[in-house]
Amino acid sequence: MSTETIAPAPASRSGAKRPNYVRRTPNRQRKSIVLTIVMAVFVIYSIVPLAWLIINATKDQGDLFSTFGLWFGSEFNLWQNIIDTVTYRDGIFVQWFGNTLLYVIVGAGGATLLATVAGYGMAKYNFPGRRAVFAVVLGAIAIPGTALAVPTFLMFSQLGLTNTPWAVILPSLISPFGLYLIWTYAVDAVPTELLEAARMDGSGEFRTFFTISLRLLAPGIVTVLLFAVVATWNNYFLPLIMLSEPTWYPLTVGLSQWSAQASGVAAQPIYNLVITGSLLTIIPIVVAFLFLQRFWQSGLSAGSVKQ
Amino acid sequence: MSTITRSRRRTIAVATASVVALGLTLAGCSSSGTPADEPGGSADELEAALEEGGEITYWSWTPSAEAQVAAFEDAYPNVDVKLVNAGTNTEEYTKLQNAITAGSGAPDVAQVEYYAIPQFALSDSLVDLAPYGFGDLEEQYTPGPWGAVTVGDAVYGLPQDSGPMAMFYNATVFEKYGIEVPTTYDEYVAAAEKLHTADPNAYITSDTGDAGFTTSMIWQAGGRPFTADGANVTIDLQDEGSKKWAESWNRLVDGGLLATTPGWSDEWYRALGDGSIATLLTGAWMPGVLESSVPDAAGDWRVAPMPTYDGTPVTAENGGGGQVVLKQSKNPALAAAFLKWLNADPASIEVFLASGGFPATTADLESDEFLAKAPEYFGGQKINEVLVDAAKNVPSGWQYLPYQVYANSIFGDTVGQSYLNSGDLNEGLQAWQDQLVDYGNQQGFTVE
Repeated sequence: MSTETIAPAPASRSGAKRPNYVRRTPNRQRKSIVLTIVMAVFVIYSIVPLAWLIINATKDQGDLFSTFGLWFGSEFNLWQNIIDTVTYRDGIFVQWFGNTLLYVIVGAGGATLLATVAGYGMAKYNFPGRRAVFAVVLGAIAIPGTALAVPTFLMFSQLGLTNTPWAVILPSLISPFGLYLIWTYAVDAVPTELLEAARMDGSGEFRTFFTISLRLLAPGIVTVLLFAVVATWNNYFLPLIMLSEPTWYPLTVGLSQWSAQASGVAAQPIYNLVITGSLLTIIPIVVAFLFLQRFWQSGLSAGSVKQ
Repeated sequence: MSTITRSRRRTIAVATASVVALGLTLAGCSSSGTPADEPGGSADELEAALEEGGEITYWSWTPSAEAQVAAFEDAYPNVDVKLVNAGTNTEEYTKLQNAITAGSGAPDVAQVEYYAIPQFALSDSLVDLAPYGFGDLEEQYTPGPWGAVTVGDAVYGLPQDSGPMAMFYNATVFEKYGIEVPTTYDEYVAAAEKLHTADPNAYITSDTGDAGFTTSMIWQAGGRPFTADGANVTIDLQDEGSKKWAESWNRLVDGGLLATTPGWSDEWYRALGDGSIATLLTGAWMPGVLESSVPDAAGDWRVAPMPTYDGTPVTAENGGGGQVVLKQSKNPALAAAFLKWLNADPASIEVFLASGGFPATTADLESDEFLAKAPEYFGGQKINEVLVDAAKNVPSGWQYLPYQVYANSIFGDTVGQSYLNSGDLNEGLQAWQDQLVDYGNQQGFTVE
C-alpha cells in the first residue's frame, strides 16, 4: 500500500519541473546492462523453440531433413501439413483433440469446481476435523502424481476402469494444490463480515456462495482453472499407462506414438506431422491463457468493508 | 549338507517371491481361470475355432497389419479382429507388461520383437503353441527367426519378418573418394580413415551405442554372451566373440571415426541423404526405410555382404519380430488360428511383402520373383540376392536374456559411456555385465 503512493511521486515531479534530457538521467541509472542481457537471453531461450516449431511446421518431410532448422524450406507446406495431420489414419488426430478437450473440460473443470467448493468451505466454516483435513491436503500436495500413477493403475485395473476415459478423468478431478490455493485465497478475499451481512439480510448459504463469494473468488478460481487446464492438457504419464487403445489417447500420448514410429523395422517417420500436430496442440492452450488472463485482477473487494 | 540344501531352498523361495512381486513371473495372477491354463489344444481345434468365430484383439504397430486384418476378416467372416496400435516396440512392451501384472487388459495376439520374446515366454505369459501342431511349421522359416520364437520344444510365436545383416553403402560417396567396398573389418576401418581424412564431415557410419546393434555385432563375431536355461542365466560379455568385436570397433571409437548422430533422429535421416554417413550395418528390412524416408539419395545406395573378421562369410540377425498369443486370451484356439494365418498363409505374407517387408519364410525368400527384384532406388541392383544369401549365413546358438528389454534400457549408461568418452568398449561391456548380473539376481534368477 505504502509503496504504491510513494513510487510515482519522483517521476511526476521530475517530469513537471525538469527539461527532458535531465529527466532521463534517473531512468538511465536504474538500467542494469547485466539484467538486460540476462533478460534478453531468457527471451531468446523461450522464443527460439517456439519459432523453430512454427518454422518447421511449414516444411515437408524432405525439407525437414535437408534444410537449415531455423529458416524456411524451399516450399511453404503449412496448409498441406495441417490437412495431412488431421486426415492421417482416418483423422485420428481430430479424435485425440476431442479426447483432450473432453479430459480438460470434465477433468480440469471438475477439479476447479471441487477445489473451489471445498477450499471455500474450509476457509469459511468451522467444523470438527478441520485440522485433520488441513494435514491431509498438505500431505497430498507433497506427493507427486507420478508416484501414485502405478498404484492407481493397479486399482483401476481391478475395477475394470483402465482403457476407459474415466481412468484419465477421475484422477484429474483431484487437485489438492488448487484446494489449498482457494482456501488461502478465500480467507482474505471473502470478508467474513460480508458473509455475516448477507446472513443478516436473509440470504441462504448457497445463495450467498453463488451470488457473492463466487464473484469475489473469481481471480483465485481462474488461477486454479488455468493450472488445472494446463496440467490436464499436458497430462502424459497417466494416460500413457492407463490407456492402450489409441481411440482414447489424448494429444500428448498420440503425438509421442507418431514420433516413435520413426524408428526400427518398418519405420515410417512422419516428423512433419508430429511437428505440425504439436503446433496445433499448443494453440488452444495459448489462447486459453490470453483469454483468461484478463480475469486476473485481484483486490476486487478492496474497500468494500471497513476494517 | 543339510545347511546347504536349506539355504538353497530358502534362496529359491525368496527368489520366487520377489519375482512374483515384480511381475516377471505371473503364473499366479495371469492364468487363473483362463482356458489357456489347461494343457491341450490340437490342430483340429484351430479349424473349429475359425468356423465358430468370435472376437480377438491384436496389438501391432507394423504398417501391413491393417491390410492383413482386413484380408483375414474377408476370408473368415465369423471372426472379428480388433486391431490396436498400442505403441511402437518398448512402449508396447511396457503396456503389455502392465496388463500382465494387472491380470487383465492384454490382447489375444501381440507383435513382439525377437529380443523381447524370451522375457515374456520365460515369465509364463505366452501360450505354448506346440500342442496346436505349430512345431511342424519349423521348415517353413529360416533358422535364425525360428530359434528366436522357440524355447526347447515349446513354440511361443511365429516369425513375421527377419533381419539378416548386410552392409548398405553409399556408392556415390565411395566412388568420389576412391574407396573400395570393404570385405573385412580391417578394410572397413581403413575405409573409415580414408573417408574421414578426405572429408572431415563424412563418417563411415554412425553409432552412439545401440544395444540391438552391439548384440548383433557380437553375434556375428561368434560371441554368445547370454545363455538362459530356466532361471539359470549366464552372462559373459568378455567371451572371445565379444572381445573380437570390441577390439575392431574400438579402433573406430578411439579414432573418432564414427558420427555421433543418434540413430533414427531427423539429423540421421538427413545424413543418410547427403552422404555424410556412408555405410549402415543393419538388417535386411532397411531398404524399405531408405526408399520411403531418404528419397534424396535415390540411386546412391547399394548392398554388400557384411564385412567379416577372417573372410569367411558370416552375419547375424538384427531386429525383426513375430507375433505371440497371450495367456490372458479367452479364446487361445482362435488366437492361434489367426496367428497361423497371419504368418504362415501365403495370402497374408503377400500383403506383408507388398508393404516392403523382408520375410522369414524360406519359400518366399527363395522365390524367383523375390530374388529378381531390382529396385531403381538401389541403381537396379538385385539386392535380395545379397540379403537372402545373408539369411543363410546366420550362425545358430544365439540367445537373448530373459530380461533383455531392461538390459537394452541401461545400455546407454554403461557401454554408451565408452562411446561418449571414446574409451575402451570392453570397460563399458564389463560395466553392463556387472549391472545385468546384479539385476538378474535381484529378479530371482541365478546369474553367473
